[in-house]
Amino acid sequence: MIRRWLPYPILSALLLLIWLLLSQSVAPGTILLGALLGIALAKMFGLLRPPKAHLRNYPLLGRLFLRVVLDIFRSNLAVGRLILCRDRRVRSGFVAIPLQLTDRYGLAVLACIITSTPGTIWVSYDPSANILLIHVLDLVDEAGWTDTIKQRYERPLLEIFQ
Amino acid sequence: MSHLDALPPWAAILVAVFVMLGALFAFVGSLGLLRLKNFYQRVHAPTLGTTLGTFFMLAGSITCFSVLHGRPIFYEILIGVFLTLTTPITLMLLVRAALYRDREEGSADVPQAQLHE
Repeated sequence: MIRRWLPYPILSALLLLIWLLLSQSVAPGTILLGALLGIALAKMFGLLRPPKAHLRNYPLLGRLFLRVVLDIFRSNLAVGRLILCRDRRVRSGFVAIPLQLTDRYGLAVLACIITSTPGTIWVSYDPSANILLIHVLDLVDEAGWTDTIKQRYERPLLEIFQ
Repeated sequence: MSHLDALPPWAAILVAVFVMLGALFAFVGSLGLLRLKNFYQRVHAPTLGTTLGTFFMLAGSITCFSVLHGRPIFYEILIGVFLTLTTPITLMLLVRAALYRDREEGSADVPQAQLHE
């Protein structure tokens, strides 16, 4: 019964939280409306028949989040320096990275991480060979980047999603 | 001048520093659009504005209105969340379109598509 009305409890809770933040109140009426919205929108999301997500290891998710925020700070400064130093030659290029991660949600999070970090961009992903192509603005060594992506981001994502 | 007069000096300075830092990052990102050499390099530049640029401006906004209203106001965080979730979609679309065009034109600067059996 509860499964039927609440197929995605985390999504419903998040929608309720967003609603409360947006309306900036915790009055009973707001909570009721937010809860109804959360349940209704989550049921509509179910109509899209999304693949099931298996989230594990929430502490690791928190650590990964902190690591990504730090990396975004650092690479912002690096890319800013690259843009401001006019005479420095920018050596950019593509890197192909064979992935182990196949979970759709894990890949989506990896895409957000890689794109949000200035200096790297997700170019294309080949699901049959499981190879990810990224473009790096300041490409010094190719193997180093493959290691960075795999060790820093893919390994924790594998533990969380797969 | 406005209700901003109610802001104490320490908060005004903090907000000004945050907004200036945010504007600085957004500006450097836009400058990158002008300075970098090819499309794939230029795509990197605006991410400065969508990450630290947005971060500092949101921090300024949160500080300003939390002090003014005397209670924590942080729904601006949602702007950051939605920006982080939606930027990859636009950027990937642009980059993939460019890659498709370059591959069709037989450009030597991009890796060719791998063929499968």
